[in-house]
Amino acid sequence: MEKLVDTGDEVMLRDAARGFLDDAAPLTAFRANRDAGRPYDPALWSEMASMGWAGVLIPEDAGGADMGHRAAGILAEEMGKTLAASPFISSAVIAATALRAAGSDRLAAIAGGEALYALAVDEGAKHAPASSALAAKPDGNAFRLSGRKTFVADGSSANRVLVLARTSGGAGDAQGLTLFDIDAERAGLARTASGSIDARDFATLDFDDVAVTGDDIVGDVDNGLAALGPGLRAGQAALAAELGGLSAGISAITLGYLKERKQFGRTIGSFQALQHRAAHLFSEIEVTASAIANAGRVLDHDPDAAQVAVSLAKARATQTARLAVMEGVQMHGGIGMTDEYDAGFFMKRARVGAEWLGDYGHHAAIVAASRGL
Amino acid sequence: MSDNLDDFRTEIAAWIADNLPAELKGIPRDENTICWGGRNWQFASDAQKQWLERCHARGLTCPRWPTEYGGGGLSRAQEKIFREEMLKAEAPSPLESFGIWMLGPALLKFGTDEQKAAHLPDITAGKIRWCQGYSEPGAGSDLANVQTRAEDMGDHWLINGQKIWTSYADKADKIFALVRTDRDAPKHLGISFMLIDMETPGVTTKPIRLISGASPFCETFFDNVKVPKEGAIVGEQNRGWDVAKYLLTHEREMIGGGGGGLMSGSTLSDMIGTMDPAATADPVLRAEAMELEVDAMAFALTMERYKDMAESGAGVGNASAMLKYYGTELNKRRHEIIMSAKGSDALDWGHGAAAPWLRTKANSIEGGTSEVMLDIISKRVLELPSK
Ligand SMILES: Cc1cc2nc3c(=O)[nH]c(=O)nc-3n(C[C@H](O)[C@H](O)[C@H](O)COP(=O)(O)OP(=O)(O)OC[C@H]3O[C@@H](n4cnc5c(N)ncnc54)[C@H](O)[C@@H]3O)c2cc1C
Repeated sequence: MEKLVDTGDEVMLRDAARGFLDDAAPLTAFRANRDAGRPYDPALWSEMASMGWAGVLIPEDAGGADMGHRAAGILAEEMGKTLAASPFISSAVIAATALRAAGSDRLAAIAGGEALYALAVDEGAKHAPASSALAAKPDGNAFRLSGRKTFVADGSSANRVLVLARTSGGAGDAQGLTLFDIDAERAGLARTASGSIDARDFATLDFDDVAVTGDDIVGDVDNGLAALGPGLRAGQAALAAELGGLSAGISAITLGYLKERKQFGRTIGSFQALQHRAAHLFSEIEVTASAIANAGRVLDHDPDAAQVAVSLAKARATQTARLAVMEGVQMHGGIGMTDEYDAGFFMKRARVGAEWLGDYGHHAAIVAASRGL
Repeated sequence: MSDNLDDFRTEIAAWIADNLPAELKGIPRDENTICWGGRNWQFASDAQKQWLERCHARGLTCPRWPTEYGGGGLSRAQEKIFREEMLKAEAPSPLESFGIWMLGPALLKFGTDEQKAAHLPDITAGKIRWCQGYSEPGAGSDLANVQTRAEDMGDHWLINGQKIWTSYADKADKIFALVRTDRDAPKHLGISFMLIDMETPGVTTKPIRLISGASPFCETFFDNVKVPKEGAIVGEQNRGWDVAKYLLTHEREMIGGGGGGLMSGSTLSDMIGTMDPAATADPVLRAEAMELEVDAMAFALTMERYKDMAESGAGVGNASAMLKYYGTELNKRRHEIIMSAKGSDALDWGHGAAAPWLRTKANSIEGGTSEVMLDIISKRVLELPSK
């Protein structure tokens, strides 16, 4: 059985990623992007692609590095620590995994960093793929898509869109959905960026009679959930890892502050009330880290049976990040509430990460069901 | 034994199937069925005795200990397989004891060859039952404050003082105790880790009753107890604190292990069929149970990850306090939910849920309280300042 600690290669990957990100994507870079209204820095993404990150899950013969899901999780964790913004999860993880499973020939473009994907799946305020109603009406040998997708990560900056549409059945039916891979500029597709609290790119996509053909289909007609499944699971695991990194990142900042800020003639970190809360947070972060490492391992070795492990990681990471950012702001006092300080960035990203690809309740229910509850 | 893990699994599964007495299969783990061993041990059945002897002959009472002391010499991967197969076969643990959980690991690390040879084989065979004499009325969380005195009388030590909360002192054959051998040194540096036979004149015990109804622990009194010097002290004289701390990390991992559901064995899903439909339908109870499952599964993986870390030489150190803290708090949560799920049925002692529920309240006290664990994490792991 695979061990849950990092292998020698993984330690090297983590160290290299950390070194690169500290230099190229520190928190100040995130702030600069936010201030410039830029959801991510394309130059940074090119560098990531040249290091093989865009192709982390793509086979070598398609130009990828093929390092696996645990490696993708390590990269996401490190990005989460300093809130490095990039299309990594949307393109390099979700799209790469779904398209690889379907034998698509677009993988090389993802590995090269040129193809920027967005996954258009949800239509309401909660993640619920099977509830998709966006209509795909037959039109000769092809279909026409009409309807709206919301909360589409990287939706306005992407140049390709994976969209889940209903080819038969009704909202709520797991069957009858089909996954399409289309150009983001296709006629009839309007994309509207939302003002996401985490300063990243989330968009609403309106499909007005958008023409799609059989060539655009990923997997099989009416079996889109199966085609999307591997990509979704991979994305959920990577997002969990990002949230794990985010928790560690804000917690390190908070510990630093506890060791430095003085009140009542003492360092505030000497107050037992705060020490015990910090120790509790450490415990939650450690326990969550195990679930994250495990999700990567299971995805690498038994991907078809990975949903419970992935949901466990996403559920835990969501709760831990929530605790980490709340304690982070509280233990900083007033300064934690200021825009000038970074704690708020972590809080906002944690909230977005909590909802994206399924919230705590969604994933906890999957875990509990596996235990007969 | 086979090096190949798949072969090992087949082999050990077959061995269990051939050797486990039928009447022990699926027997619930409770105070009446545990085999503690010892000089005066009354086996609950012939089957219990047989099972202990067979497992011991194969080194399986202490699977990872060296074979020369009656252990199995297994690797961790093999041990894990062995435990999985035991669970699958619904086989009870052949022997449990403080010797296995605590003293053995400490002797393997700090003991002389003579001490190992003198004590480890009796532990693996279940011939000697040990108890732990750490706590005193004035030394609980502040354990280094122990006052039980050991005076140097040339060929022997003379012990006077009192221990408290000594689990199973009235049933144990020997005690490993923290005693003060230097009263002038700073408090951590005057303590020795001493092995004392409970049959020595001057040792007496008095049981204390717990809220769960049982009286598993005692006050232990030492009144002019003479302990021959030969082999009495483990590790260096006045350096017993190092041994004590090492042993505590094992104790903490063992107690914390209950949180993953490994110790109590019962999962909520096992119970759900037997619950009152009103409890099954209660959305709040259901939500609590679901959250517990999430946390318990992640904790079980954490136990595994920490073992992997220890094995890889990375070392876990003081972070093991986290396992003790988290695991015991989880176990308390688990039993609160079990009690709610069973409703008024569980309120009758005869039903059997109340005693374990009450007993779990001690998990976050024994072996160092949750607050002490949080102190260790914040001071030693997070290095938060003291002023
Ligand atoms: C079932 C059971 C079995 C046991 N078995 C054994 C045994 O076999 N051998 C043995 O030697 N001992 C045994 N013990 C004793 C156990 O180790 C002690 O009870 C424990 O260390 C706590 O000490 P205390 O009871 O004196 O509580 P105290 O130390 O008096 O603690 C009282 C409360 O104060 C808190 N507290 C104390 N110091 C601090 C601090 N610095 N900061 C914040 N809070 C603090 C504690 O967390 C606790 O909540 C057993 C206990 C139980 C309950």
